[in-house]
Amino acid sequence: MNHLVFFAVAVVAVVSALGLVLRRNPIHGALFLVVNLGCVAVLYLLLGAEFLALAQVIIYAGAIMVLFVFAIMVLIPGKEETGPDPLRSQRLLALPLGALLLFEIGLILSSSVFVAAPPSRAPAGPAAAGGIQSVGRLLLGDYLFPFEVTSVLLLAALVGVLALAKRKAG
Amino acid sequence: MSPVLTDLGIALGRVGFVMLFVLNMGGLLTWVERKQSAVMQDRIGANRASIFGLRLFGLFHPLADAIKMLTKEDFIPARADRALFNLAPLVSVVFALVAFAAIPFGDVLRVGEREIPLQAVTLNAGILYVFAMLSLGVYGVMMAGWASANNYALLGGQRAAALMISAEVAIGASIMGVAMVYGSLDMMTIVRGQGAALLPQYLGTWIPRWGILTQPLAFVLFLTAGIAATKRIPFDFPEGESEIIGYFVEYSGMKFGMFMMADFVETVVIAGMTTALFLGGWQVPHLAADGFHFPWGASVPLSHMTVVILQVLAFCLKVSIMCWFLMLVRWTLPRFRYDQAMRLGWLGLFPLSILNIVLTGLLILGWPA
Repeated sequence: MNHLVFFAVAVVAVVSALGLVLRRNPIHGALFLVVNLGCVAVLYLLLGAEFLALAQVIIYAGAIMVLFVFAIMVLIPGKEETGPDPLRSQRLLALPLGALLLFEIGLILSSSVFVAAPPSRAPAGPAAAGGIQSVGRLLLGDYLFPFEVTSVLLLAALVGVLALAKRKAG
Repeated sequence: MSPVLTDLGIALGRVGFVMLFVLNMGGLLTWVERKQSAVMQDRIGANRASIFGLRLFGLFHPLADAIKMLTKEDFIPARADRALFNLAPLVSVVFALVAFAAIPFGDVLRVGEREIPLQAVTLNAGILYVFAMLSLGVYGVMMAGWASANNYALLGGQRAAALMISAEVAIGASIMGVAMVYGSLDMMTIVRGQGAALLPQYLGTWIPRWGILTQPLAFVLFLTAGIAATKRIPFDFPEGESEIIGYFVEYSGMKFGMFMMADFVETVVIAGMTTALFLGGWQVPHLAADGFHFPWGASVPLSHMTVVILQVLAFCLKVSIMCWFLMLVRWTLPRFRYDQAMRLGWLGLFPLSILNIVLTGLLILGWPA
């Protein structure tokens, strides 16, 4: 049953990822990305990481992507970008860099997933891995300092954006 | 019967009950909307639809509406994005419908050896699930506004998206206070926590510990943001059918009906959420698992089945009362202007709900255990 769901969702995820890259219409691309993020949430759910799945939906699909779609709707109402590609020169670089990335992914996979006994770092027990209790304990216990530093960083970014936007308007 | 089939049957029953409950409530609300507004405005209201002369207070009007919408022309504008245009109403209504799944409508039902939680799906983070589904509903209205190839619709879709985002931020922040008081994100646990007595050392067991008493500020904030999330009056500037027109101008027939239905279903979901988080869910005051225990000493023992039925009925009654109240608000207040609603959302509801979280945290830390 789980395998069936996994393959179905994996196919949808790959197709939507391809749709994101191949569609010229920016709104379609953004919506394909939403579908893709939703599929990843289902994969988290299959792994028993309920909280992670819901956070993925709320934060990525429900907040960030809504903002993306909103911005695209405001900036390009209905027109596809049909002009010449301004980043044409970067296409030469894309091929070797893509190959390098694939090689790296292959290296990581072959060293961790395909070995006989994968090293298990996830805490065992009923509230393992993605449960909300363990996430909370890790975030506000072991990783409290990085967690707070990240929030300060985000706040600084927020204030910075506001300051820059204000200056341009004034 | 094999246990697998029994499990499947139970799962189907749980999901089916919730599905039928939400759909029927949503359909019934179209009738309540007409009749309640009629009573409030000293009119008679819709009463012409009849079957063999039987009018039944206009209760056949939802049926007549459905037939009308299904048989109307389904028009698609020439320059519209056909795929998204057709998908938009579906997205709106589906996410509204599935949101109710994590709201418990009763306690655990025991049949023989089995224990069946009366909830469509049991989730550790049930509140977050409902919240996630409500926040995904935005895509429906944004897609509708964009795919219609109509500037008025596009503007309406943007107003709707801005409103729903500001409302959802306030909803998310206000339910955090409730989660802190009852120490869980699981709606079943939250409802169980509301069965205990409020301040037992002073008040005895007279008053149950319902969310509306432990989190009064969150209740007001949640309800206001909830009404905003349903996009109904006084927050109906995304639609404003008669004057400013909104994201579904280009829709007709059943697709228009689906947008209407999504709003009604969201009303039911908000009513269900309010019931579960603030009004004790399926709890009946002084009713424990073995019968009534009144604070003056009397007690009435009841069978397990009776208790469960009473609790489910109590939940349905509370949801109905909340729906009635939401209708009352809808027919009482005038519409907010766009900037007024934005100011209310970002400068009123959101800071107040953050304040509520801080106050709740201080109270929980400072309360003598």
